[in-house]
Amino acid sequence: MSEKMTNFFAARTGIIIVGAIIGVCAALLQKFGNPPNMGVCVACFQRDIAGALGLHRADVVQYIRPEIIGFVLGALIAALLFREFKATGGSAPIVRFVLGMFAMIGSLVFLGCPWRALLRLAGGDLNAVVGLLGLITGVAIGVQFLKSGYNLGRAVKTYPLAGLIMPLMMVFLLIVLIVKPGFIFFSAKGPGSMHAPVILSLAIGLLIGFLAQRTRFCTMGSIRDVILMRDLHLLSGVVALLVAAFGMNLIFGAIKLGFAPQPVAHSNHLWNFLGMTLAGLAFSLAGGCPGRQLFLAGEGNGDSAIFVIGMITGAAVAHNFGLAGKPDAMVNGVLQAGGISLGGIVAVGAGLMVCLVIGFTMREKI
Amino acid sequence: MPQIIDARGLSCPQPVILAKNGIQTGVFPVEVLVDTTASCENVSRMAKSKGFSVTVEPQNSDFKIAINKR
Repeated sequence: MSEKMTNFFAARTGIIIVGAIIGVCAALLQKFGNPPNMGVCVACFQRDIAGALGLHRADVVQYIRPEIIGFVLGALIAALLFREFKATGGSAPIVRFVLGMFAMIGSLVFLGCPWRALLRLAGGDLNAVVGLLGLITGVAIGVQFLKSGYNLGRAVKTYPLAGLIMPLMMVFLLIVLIVKPGFIFFSAKGPGSMHAPVILSLAIGLLIGFLAQRTRFCTMGSIRDVILMRDLHLLSGVVALLVAAFGMNLIFGAIKLGFAPQPVAHSNHLWNFLGMTLAGLAFSLAGGCPGRQLFLAGEGNGDSAIFVIGMITGAAVAHNFGLAGKPDAMVNGVLQAGGISLGGIVAVGAGLMVCLVIGFTMREKI
Repeated sequence: MPQIIDARGLSCPQPVILAKNGIQTGVFPVEVLVDTTASCENVSRMAKSKGFSVTVEPQNSDFKIAINKR
């Protein structure tokens, strides 16, 4: 039975069905209160969690997103059920932390991770096309490094409890979300104030975490596998997500085609492109998109857990230093164009440099 | 003599790249050791898609994937 299930999820049909389920769930979350085109955005939601914990004080993006908690715990449940939980770590953790930070900074310049880029496109936001082109460029650069021997080294087995630290952190966040102690910040306005009911968000998060752990769903990996070995397996799941979310948006009448103004987005093409190039490069050097890193952390992978903490730190840095992209806004019927600050430009440039140095120097001779 | 590739502890997609390089040397069978089910699936899928026969043998908590010409 267990083996049959494993084979089903590993097959093409499995990944397509799971991609479609994620797309439908994301559209539902938007319908039930999550911000527009942000049914599930790993980067945005980790940024909101950073804000809720007071790591940054951007008062429009502070909330403990149950989807993130669900992703990790759902993956943990699947890994335990199918005997795949394995506590590991030690593959250049500090490098992964830095990659996580810059992956987040790049994502926040664009205003979304690869997951949200897909959902933005499914909602008619054409800036997402620019972002996805940037993502593909970043991953393509990463693939060149992989081909020339880039490698962060082996992870080793560690104590089971060490693999449970990230899941336990998520349990802590869940408790904090329910108890709402005084030190927590929740947005009263802006995207952070918009959310589906906790129970729905958590249930969908758990479902996606479970299914994605089984299928190894990965947005960055889908592009990488096509470039690296012409393998369409993961891409078929990602396309299914896009198609399903688009279909649901059609039903809900939630499609608005164009560049500006789009919800929680800006139309600075150059920096949408370069922000996602940075994110794509960092994700490919770290071996997984932000979602996949959460699922791996749920399986006990301590290196992915470090990457996640790097991303949350990156969110704090991005907002404390004013690096994140500023969304377009309609003020009294007049479009106020958003964009990116000088700090954001410097940070993306620095991030690209750092990632290139990592890619060039951390390789085995082959 | 089988060509043995130890890809244990390496994260995705390293095991697949190493297995692919192993196949390209033309020395068969290629035996790839991996330590996660995901790596096992990925290496198997790559080898099968290139038309090789694949047998997987669990070893403690690891897997030995034997890749051979049909």
